[in-house]
Amino acid sequence: MSAEPLLQVDDLRIDLALGDERFAAVQDVSLSIGRGETFGLVGESGCGKSITALALIGLLRPPLRLAGGTVRLDGREIQSLRPAEMRRLRGKRISMIFQEPMTALNPVSPVGRQIAEMFVLHEGATWQEAERRAVEALASVRVAAPERRAKDYPHQLSGGMRQRVMIAIALACSPDLLLADEPTTALDVTVQAEILDLVRDLCAAKGTAVLMISHDLGLIANACRRVGVMYAGRIVETRAAEEVFRAPSHPYTSGLVASLPLLGARARQGRRRLKEIAGVVPSVAGFPHGCRFHPRCGRASDLCREDDPAPTPLPGDGLVRCHHHG
Amino acid sequence: MFAFLLRRVLQTVPIILAVALLIFVLFSVIPGTFASSLGDDGRNVMDAQVIERINRQLGLGDPLHVRFGNYVLQLASFDLGTSFRTRQPVTAVLAARMWPTLQLCFAAMVIAIVLGVPLGFVAALKPGSLIDTLSMVGAVSGLSLPKFWLGLLLMYLFALKLGWLPSFGYGDGGLRYIVLPAVALGVAPLALLARTTRAAVLEILNADFVRTARSKGMSERQVVHWHLARNALVIVLTTVGLQFGSVIGQAVIVEKLFAWPGLGSLLVDSVSLRDIPVVQGSILVIVLFFLFVNTLVDVLCALIDPRIKYS
Amino acid sequence: MRIGANLLIGGTLFAVVVIAGVLAPWLAHTDPVMDANLMNAEEPPGGAFWFGTDAQGRDIYSRVLYGARISLTVGIVSQLINTVIGVCLGLSAGYWGGWWDDFVSGLTNLVLAIPSLIFALALMAILTPGLTSLLIALGLTNWSFTCRLARASALSLKSQGYVQAAKVLGYGDVRIMVTQLLPNMLGPIIVIGTLGMGGAVLAEAALSFLGLGIRPPFPSWGSMLSDARDQITTAPWISIFPGLAIFITVLGLNLLGDGLRDILDPQGRAGKA
Repeated sequence: MSAEPLLQVDDLRIDLALGDERFAAVQDVSLSIGRGETFGLVGESGCGKSITALALIGLLRPPLRLAGGTVRLDGREIQSLRPAEMRRLRGKRISMIFQEPMTALNPVSPVGRQIAEMFVLHEGATWQEAERRAVEALASVRVAAPERRAKDYPHQLSGGMRQRVMIAIALACSPDLLLADEPTTALDVTVQAEILDLVRDLCAAKGTAVLMISHDLGLIANACRRVGVMYAGRIVETRAAEEVFRAPSHPYTSGLVASLPLLGARARQGRRRLKEIAGVVPSVAGFPHGCRFHPRCGRASDLCREDDPAPTPLPGDGLVRCHHHG
Repeated sequence: MFAFLLRRVLQTVPIILAVALLIFVLFSVIPGTFASSLGDDGRNVMDAQVIERINRQLGLGDPLHVRFGNYVLQLASFDLGTSFRTRQPVTAVLAARMWPTLQLCFAAMVIAIVLGVPLGFVAALKPGSLIDTLSMVGAVSGLSLPKFWLGLLLMYLFALKLGWLPSFGYGDGGLRYIVLPAVALGVAPLALLARTTRAAVLEILNADFVRTARSKGMSERQVVHWHLARNALVIVLTTVGLQFGSVIGQAVIVEKLFAWPGLGSLLVDSVSLRDIPVVQGSILVIVLFFLFVNTLVDVLCALIDPRIKYS
Repeated sequence: MRIGANLLIGGTLFAVVVIAGVLAPWLAHTDPVMDANLMNAEEPPGGAFWFGTDAQGRDIYSRVLYGARISLTVGIVSQLINTVIGVCLGLSAGYWGGWWDDFVSGLTNLVLAIPSLIFALALMAILTPGLTSLLIALGLTNWSFTCRLARASALSLKSQGYVQAAKVLGYGDVRIMVTQLLPNMLGPIIVIGTLGMGGAVLAEAALSFLGLGIRPPFPSWGSMLSDARDQITTAPWISIFPGLAIFITVLGLNLLGDGLRDILDPQGRAGKA
């Protein structure tokens, strides 16, 4: 593994403008992803994981704005590139797939053509050649009868197939980094596993690193090598995937792990209520003072109410933000 | 595709029949008849017997169901009856006036589309800018202008004061004559098209698939050409279709103002004269034209948007 | 709540017109119909006649003020009729479905096939010209959009939980429609109603202009413009002020409708743009 990570994010800050005021929706976010590594970003809805990904690929739009921090791709700073230069990276070095495949594809264009666009845009192919390669791409994402499917429109395909098309598009030019924003959330459970396997296999074959975003801790822990847990715009814990389950450090992570319903638990432990984390995720405009999790935390103390914890390194390349971790 | 077309065309048939029935029923209860309106200039009151004789001659003395039966039979053979005033077949009367109306409506829509759609596009691509604000203010003003007032002002400025264009009439059919009426008629659809296009483009710009397109590394120009245009086209086309109907109706005003010899002015004159067959015939033709345009628009939309055929 | 510019400007313009109409008897200088003095015919604006006089020597300023009453009455009342018809038909069609829905849909398609001005024109041809006929004619020709909206809302709302609950409680159909469904669609209906008022004012003016609405000597803005055409070379000011009055009224209503749409109908259920 090379010493230089593929993606290095330091102290990322994203501001949200509401009326005349500015709020920090995401703050002090740092993470690094190595070449070919799969990193999972997990958290509840509204914690800022999606907009973090959008910030990395430069697709934030007002009222959101990248307000601070650095993003380095292969050592080169990209957070303040001119739009034209950032555009050259998109699709070629960084790609993204989104949650809702139906609305994410152009409804009036055949899917084959939408894949072909990648080759025309980035590799100077002719349309004819690009459409041929698009069929190959469809085959690589395990779509049956790819020549016929290539002529179909998005509304004629199932959700799973549309997501395969999205993956084909995103990986068409073998990018270094794939941002996957909840790629399976809108899909049937049976299809979810297939899609995740597909992403894993293809990215392994191409050496593409993956930032996998989800609210499903189980999914993340299975698919990723390292996991970052996000809460209220901050990363509160970064660990290797097995460690997160085995020995979560941050109280929020413990809560998430404990709240997962486990198959067979009832047989083993008898009937129990599902454990939940009391309280609700705070809104951007109302982040608590001090540690943002303290109103919902069982270990909260006066220190927590006053002082926002700084990251503490953990063995095995992890970190945690908590005064009472462990 | 052919099945779709056939289905759409067949759907219009009952509507046409219903409209014909409606018109007939409406005008069979009209107070005052053609004959009585002949003497209706306040000077002479026609002799009641004379009125009755004229009415019987025109077939207005028969009971209602007989008249309706005759009417339907006539329609089936594309015979719209005879004008009370000129004794010419209505179809001939209408035929002479159709072309000017078509020209006028077409010209007005061309102005509206050629100016309105690009304006809406540009306004949406630069929201909040000066051009956006100005064009939207202009659009809402354009929608609020009474056509005959605009026509009068245009007439005054360009025809009377500046003398650049003729002030009314069809003249020799030359382009100079159609300019003022077409502008007066076209401003309102122009305004509405600008607004609708702007709204459609804005909505599409924020759509998920445009975000995907950007994530592929497309420039904004490429996004507009490759993805946005076709999607916006469907909405714009639908609006054009709707506007055409409105234009056909509003043409009446402009035709009367500019003494344009079309169906609209014919309709208004015939109403004043109580020339029922011509009134019925003109309304029927206007409705037919409107339905034809609607069907055309539906077919075009189905050609562009692949989702429509299959739904 | 931030009040949009549309709402403010539109509301102000409309209020000005309403005040002008309501206070016409006090603000006007002359009687709009009777005070016709041929000695003063075609005087340009100035002096005693703020807007000048027309071919019959009547004060245009006073006639414009009184014209406001007519236009506003027609605009408001006919739109009210349209809304009532549209809501009754659409709400019941969506709620009950079945043959009634088919009938209403067919009726709506029929009315939509005839351009509304033509339809109103035809109706005015049958009825004797005058204010009441105008109200009826305009009230019967512009209800389709409201009807469609009410029907669509009823269709989507009738399966809501609170409607089922009301049925279980024994509420009659009409009561359900009025108390449960109607309040939830009021927003877009108000928007359409406001914009429709502008359309009605324009339609009245157009019909009067064509001689089929309010007949002279009554001071309708439309018929004033019809007279003005003949005098356009000698007395162009006759053309300006009535038209300007129509423009301001309709502009106010359009802006008001747009502003209300931002508050009451942010999802654009009443139709875009």
